[in-house]
Amino acid sequence: MKYIIAVIKPHKLEEVREALSAIGVAGMTVTEVKGFGRQKGQTEIYRGAEYTINMVPKVKLEIAVAADLAGQAVETIQTTASSDAIGDGKIFVLDLESATRIRTGETGEEAL
Amino acid sequence: MRKLFFMAAGACTIMATGPAMAQEAAEALDPSANTAYIFNTLLFLIGGFLVMWMAAGFAMLEAGLVRSKNVSMQCLKNIGLYSIAGLMFWVIGYSIAYPGFEGTSTDFFGVAGFPYAMQGVGEADVDTGYSIASDWFFQMVFCATTASIVSGTVAERVKIVPFFIFVTILTAFIYPVVVSWEWGAGWLDSYGFSDFAGSTLVHSTGGWAALMGALIIGPRLGRYVDGKVTVMPGSSIPLATLGTFILWLGWFGFNGASQLAMGTIGDVSDVSKIFVNTNMAAAGGVVVAIILTQLLYKKIDVTMAMNGALAGLVSITAEPLAPNVGMSIMIGGIGGAIVVLTVPLLDKFKIDDVVGAIPVHLLAGIWGTLIVPLSNSDATYGVQALGVVSVGIFVSVISAILWLILKSTIGVRPSEEDELNGLDVAEVGVEAYPEFSRG
Repeated sequence: MKYIIAVIKPHKLEEVREALSAIGVAGMTVTEVKGFGRQKGQTEIYRGAEYTINMVPKVKLEIAVAADLAGQAVETIQTTASSDAIGDGKIFVLDLESATRIRTGETGEEAL
Repeated sequence: MRKLFFMAAGACTIMATGPAMAQEAAEALDPSANTAYIFNTLLFLIGGFLVMWMAAGFAMLEAGLVRSKNVSMQCLKNIGLYSIAGLMFWVIGYSIAYPGFEGTSTDFFGVAGFPYAMQGVGEADVDTGYSIASDWFFQMVFCATTASIVSGTVAERVKIVPFFIFVTILTAFIYPVVVSWEWGAGWLDSYGFSDFAGSTLVHSTGGWAALMGALIIGPRLGRYVDGKVTVMPGSSIPLATLGTFILWLGWFGFNGASQLAMGTIGDVSDVSKIFVNTNMAAAGGVVVAIILTQLLYKKIDVTMAMNGALAGLVSITAEPLAPNVGMSIMIGGIGGAIVVLTVPLLDKFKIDDVVGAIPVHLLAGIWGTLIVPLSNSDATYGVQALGVVSVGIFVSVISAILWLILKSTIGVRPSEEDELNGLDVAEVGVEAYPEFSRG
């Protein structure tokens, strides 16, 4: 099993969710986050004074999938969340040791 | 126009003769005088509640332009100052503002009988041509407007008690004295100074008091660090926009009802013309602010567009009747330009004006006052400048003394920790937005 963490632009969330559902991803956890990468924030102007917003709002997805679905899921997120502009975000993949469905006690891929 | 008011002092004599006689006098009037009395009074009442509503405009504008941790405090200041202004204006303010001067060049200070006496039930004070209660109400809301101007500038870093004490003196003494010089038929009036609805008397007075407050209280913590301006964006642009529109609406009462009479077709037509000029000056201010911020910053600053509207309104307030529409747009438009250019300038001098009240009310007020002779041949540039300077010196000196006394006795600033945590928690105990994390 793999654990995928993707940080994407907030307005791309709905598109990515639909695309992942279509390839069989059964669930995800979404968090509103702030952060910066190579984009280094953005400059705004308020009443004649410039200021930089260092932390840009993003959405973080966390998805647990069977190992054989991981590659396809990463590719789907990458193509759907891309806008070809800076600040599109990143995708990280981790090995997932175990998963348990709380209601039934099922474990492993059965629980996903 | 305002000089008519010293007649109100004479109204007391009618009341003294008792209700029966006043009643007979009212009935004895010919119908057209009755109609004029009713319409004049109606103008004061409509104008008065429109200007009262400007208190809501100031409250929303300021609530939107302060950070979320100080919004409750700003709302409390606004409802408090409006009420204090009304109380003080009744106790003594009106009596100082309209002391019954004879119109000589030495009339600097006087006090009529106080507190102000309203007419009895069913009585009319027909000699004045309007209800004296409607006149008092209309004058009172102007006094409250002056106090509202101060609260926006010194927002987010002044304690509530010294602020309210300042407002008490401002509305009981400082503003009424200034008004007596001109609308109370005092020395400025005798020189031929012209300020139709109060670019100088109301807006610059509030502006000078605010400027002294900003200088003596100092900027918000962390506002100017290493020669750089730390931007502290407002908490709600929709609220600030609503506040601006409420002020814009209220201004039709502010300027329109300052005609002071609606009993003839000439007067009601003038009121209508004032409505148009007032609106067009505000529109001019907005459009100039939009164009200038786009040119200067490549983006249009919505808060500057709002300030542009208010600067346009303040600019046309000194003479909203005489200019033609094109002139009104120009006067308001230059007001808008003043705001866009002077807001960053104040930051250069480390004068922290949270909502831009100094550019809007003080600087646009000076501009509006100085340009009166362009359309009103009764006014001269020299006397207009004399009015601006004399009001500026009087209000600045008294305000500075008052702020300094407050600073050295009870203190004007909250502790560093309280300021950083926000005054909502420290002073009000009610957070404006308890369900959101603090910004």
